[in-house]
Amino acid sequence: MSLVELEINGNKVSQDVEDRQLLVHFIRDDLNLTGTHVGCDTSQCGACVVHVDGKAVKSCSMLALQANNSKITTIEGLADGENLHPVQEAFRENHGLQCGFCTPGMIMAAVDIINRNSILDEKTVREELEGNLCRCTGYQNIVKSIIAASEKM
Amino acid sequence: MYQFNYKKVETVQEAVNELSANPESKILAGGMTIIPTMKQRLASPEQLIDIRNIEELNFIREESNNIIIGSTTNHFTVSSSDLIKEKIPSLSMLAEGIGDPHVRNMGTIGGAISNNDPTADYPAACLGLGAKIKTSKRDLTAEEFFVSLFETALEEDEIVISISFPIIKNSFYMKFPNPASRYAMAGVFISKNESDVRVAVTGASENGVFRWNEMEESLSNDWSKSSVENVKLSPEGIMSDIHGSSEYRANLANIMAIRAFEGINE
Repeated sequence: MSLVELEINGNKVSQDVEDRQLLVHFIRDDLNLTGTHVGCDTSQCGACVVHVDGKAVKSCSMLALQANNSKITTIEGLADGENLHPVQEAFRENHGLQCGFCTPGMIMAAVDIINRNSILDEKTVREELEGNLCRCTGYQNIVKSIIAASEKM
Repeated sequence: MYQFNYKKVETVQEAVNELSANPESKILAGGMTIIPTMKQRLASPEQLIDIRNIEELNFIREESNNIIIGSTTNHFTVSSSDLIKEKIPSLSMLAEGIGDPHVRNMGTIGGAISNNDPTADYPAACLGLGAKIKTSKRDLTAEEFFVSLFETALEEDEIVISISFPIIKNSFYMKFPNPASRYAMAGVFISKNESDVRVAVTGASENGVFRWNEMEESLSNDWSKSSVENVKLSPEGIMSDIHGSSEYRANLANIMAIRAFEGINE
């Protein structure tokens, strides 16, 4: 066991974890933030995407200890109280989800995409979503939601 | 994942000491290969030595007509570096095509070449540009460094410090990604530095990345599209699996070579 200290959605956390504990399991099982999902076992689906020090990463492919002393944002940290984040709002308005399983990762990826690209077109969004799989929507409305959100942000 | 000890180090010397003290240790840089591999229980090191925060390994700089990249520099940093975009645009483009954005935020150039996955992109750039690899012990040419499938010249207690790429603007990389995994089924890197032509192929050979000598000769004699088209890669020694036969992959390499050549001349 080793001590991990970090800040998650603005809250400081200090806890002992097993060295082999994955960040996603730390977030879900130890911190009870179950918005971040595990959709595969092969680092491909992107349902577990969170931001570590402002960068989108797959929390299933990172150890909790690697995130020591970092600042993490999960899907739970985006909204401002009752007010949805513009990307969350855009997914709701544009029917950017069906079953919703991939949505936390999609939205965390989308925020990162919008932060890095001042102008977004459909081609760029589709390329940027390489690491996020959705089995329901065919991506049409996800792409639409991200472009709509980028215009508002 | 099996149990292991996690050890974070701050200096190269510390990393090397840990490796020497415990030969069952593995280096953890970005972790984009080793962690998924350990999750599948395909690897079970006793200790992971985390070098991601060694500051002296995280840099990009220009030095006497070379771009030198520190080994823990991640793919996103390489692909978004204005210096690399200006000096070796093909390298920037190659980095942008690795994995996905989340993987590029973690995966490192040193990790990619030390793993020497036969379908990885960076080894093609190293051989294709004639890079030099500086380790904690010595300087190696790319030819010396890459030995075979998942095998490099690195000794048990040796780590990569930096990779030095000659600035060659006339260079291009083209790969055919597997439609599902997006790993290269064949990738060809071509560079032309005055009369010196280098052609490296990744994703295809059973022995990992290699220099395509016949193509290099053909292009050195006559830098033209027909010179590329006239050379055909032999399917002998080319990987054959459910994704494609060796004949199919060899043909992909031929096509990628044509496209890479066209990319340079565009």
